Amino acid sequence: MEFGPHLLLAVLEGAVTAAVLSLTAVGLSLVFGVMRVVNIAHGEFFMLGAVFAWLMAQWVPGSAALGFFAALVIAPLLVGGLAALADLTILKRIEYDPERTIVATIGLLYIIQQVTLMTYGPDARAVEAPFNQRLALPWVEWGETGLEFYYPWGLSITTYKLAVIGAAGVILMGVWLMMTRTRLGLVMRATQADREMATAFGIPVERVYAVVFGLGAGLAALAAVLIVPIQQAHYLMGADPLLLSFIVVIIGGLGSLPGTILAAAFIGISDGIISVFFSPTLAKILATLLVGLVLVFRPQGLFGTRPA
Amino acid sequence: MSDTARVLSLHLGLIGVLFALHFVLPAYHHGNLARIMVLASYAIGYNILFGYTGLLSLGHALFFAAGMYGMALPIQHLDMNALPALALGLVAGFAVSAGLALLALRTTGVAFMIVTLMFAQAGFLTILYFGDYTRGDEGFVIQQAQRIVAGIDFSNETARYLAAWALFSISLLVCLWVVRHPFGKTLIAIRENEERVRMLGYNTHRLKLGAMILSGVISAAAGAAYGFLFGYAGATFASVQYSILPLLWVLLGGAGTVVGPFVGAVFMFYLIDLSSGLTTAHMLLAGIALVLLTLFAPQGLTGEVRRRYWKTLP
Repeated sequence: MEFGPHLLLAVLEGAVTAAVLSLTAVGLSLVFGVMRVVNIAHGEFFMLGAVFAWLMAQWVPGSAALGFFAALVIAPLLVGGLAALADLTILKRIEYDPERTIVATIGLLYIIQQVTLMTYGPDARAVEAPFNQRLALPWVEWGETGLEFYYPWGLSITTYKLAVIGAAGVILMGVWLMMTRTRLGLVMRATQADREMATAFGIPVERVYAVVFGLGAGLAALAAVLIVPIQQAHYLMGADPLLLSFIVVIIGGLGSLPGTILAAAFIGISDGIISVFFSPTLAKILATLLVGLVLVFRPQGLFGTRPA
Repeated sequence: MSDTARVLSLHLGLIGVLFALHFVLPAYHHGNLARIMVLASYAIGYNILFGYTGLLSLGHALFFAAGMYGMALPIQHLDMNALPALALGLVAGFAVSAGLALLALRTTGVAFMIVTLMFAQAGFLTILYFGDYTRGDEGFVIQQAQRIVAGIDFSNETARYLAAWALFSISLLVCLWVVRHPFGKTLIAIRENEERVRMLGYNTHRLKLGAMILSGVISAAAGAAYGFLFGYAGATFASVQYSILPLLWVLLGGAGTVVGPFVGAVFMFYLIDLSSGLTTAHMLLAGIALVLLTLFAPQGLTGEVRRRYWKTLP
């Protein structure tokens, strides 16, 4: 393949990564923004979403599509419920102390991961996509006979991947509307702005925290259900989304929703490009170094206004 | 008995008991204890930064791996003798911890944890990236012929145990010495209230830098010793898990106590050893232990002893 079509392919693959990543990262960002705690177990909630999607595909009789759409609803609810429960039994009891929360969620990470290993097993399992047509993409080039229009070999995308990008856009729009237009969003923003004042106004802050923690985990699970027909469900799959979400949330500015989405697009697409042309490991090395350096020299993030 | 005498007899007693165990333990536990003593030295290094200075690092695997690869790569690729290679491991640990400290200490709290985590992850990925030299996850074996120093073969159990014991004794005594002298006491003061220490005229940044380098060099020494004594270097030792484990041992044993890291490492090692008959998912126990410790015993085992019976235990 020529350089141009190759680059387009890298950008498209990157856009799929970016779409899923933005959902996962917005979940992490919400939890950090409202509760001021870092959830290290976030990647495991993502992994649980993928595993539940596989279970649904096994349990629900009939077509693969039916199981997939059931998973799209049920997996985030289950995972969100589980996270809210963890919040009420663990995080609430240590009073959301930032450092102890990190240690506790590291513990939670291992518990979820290892219980999945013991029950679901060490195999990577695929889930069938509800629809999956291959679309060849055209490429335009200035050749010897003027403008040429052709279909380069290998330059294609599936309808499912396009649907993932669209779905992520719709869900993000939904989150944004919820934060800005609904009572729940208002209560969340009030808690974020000033916890004590919110308590004084009768907002049940602890219930808001449980909802936010569940919502953040639910978004990660939703992202995983979307990606599982492209990747496979595996008990160790949570590590990469966790790392990338961190990178996105920090570069986008902790707790800033538009910054998070911008950064997800930036990281997802550049990850795609560097992975295609150089190596995925190199892409990750550069991204992790970038995060470290951003936190050291520009703690408010590249787009944010508030220090971490 | 004066307090100093009690403290000295506790720590020297522990070292003495570990030496005596060399002659009585059955082979299996003898091998385990050698491993535990090296890992406990790593935890002692970690504890200097976390327990005494109050800086929670999630990237100590970087220092452990710096020591291990600083020692193993020259042996593997340059046919270097073991002794200078071990010294190179320490130098690598010093360089890496000084470099990371200069960057990471510009941040505090949660940002410090994430910065250390990210740089350690970058280090781990770099080891994978240069798989041609490091053999990545698979790692490489350091041959028996390369593990002989001054005629002593360190693949031999006796030599291995005594070397591990020596490393542990030195780490323990260095830690004890530091925390009973002004440098260590200032570190504890920084942990309790950094603003106030700065107001008293101390350069807290330089003290924290010193603590992080000391912690990094001890961790690197443990890493180099682990690779050398057990004859293997692999990328697993640079992964996040190896940054979490010393945190777990220190939390379990008691952060900010000299013997805590050893107590935690022994408990966790045997807990996992016993459970390995039941399940292969042994990190489950680590997870449960972390959650229960944060919930119910943030002081750890030795911390509880100090709280109840021995208020001045260092």
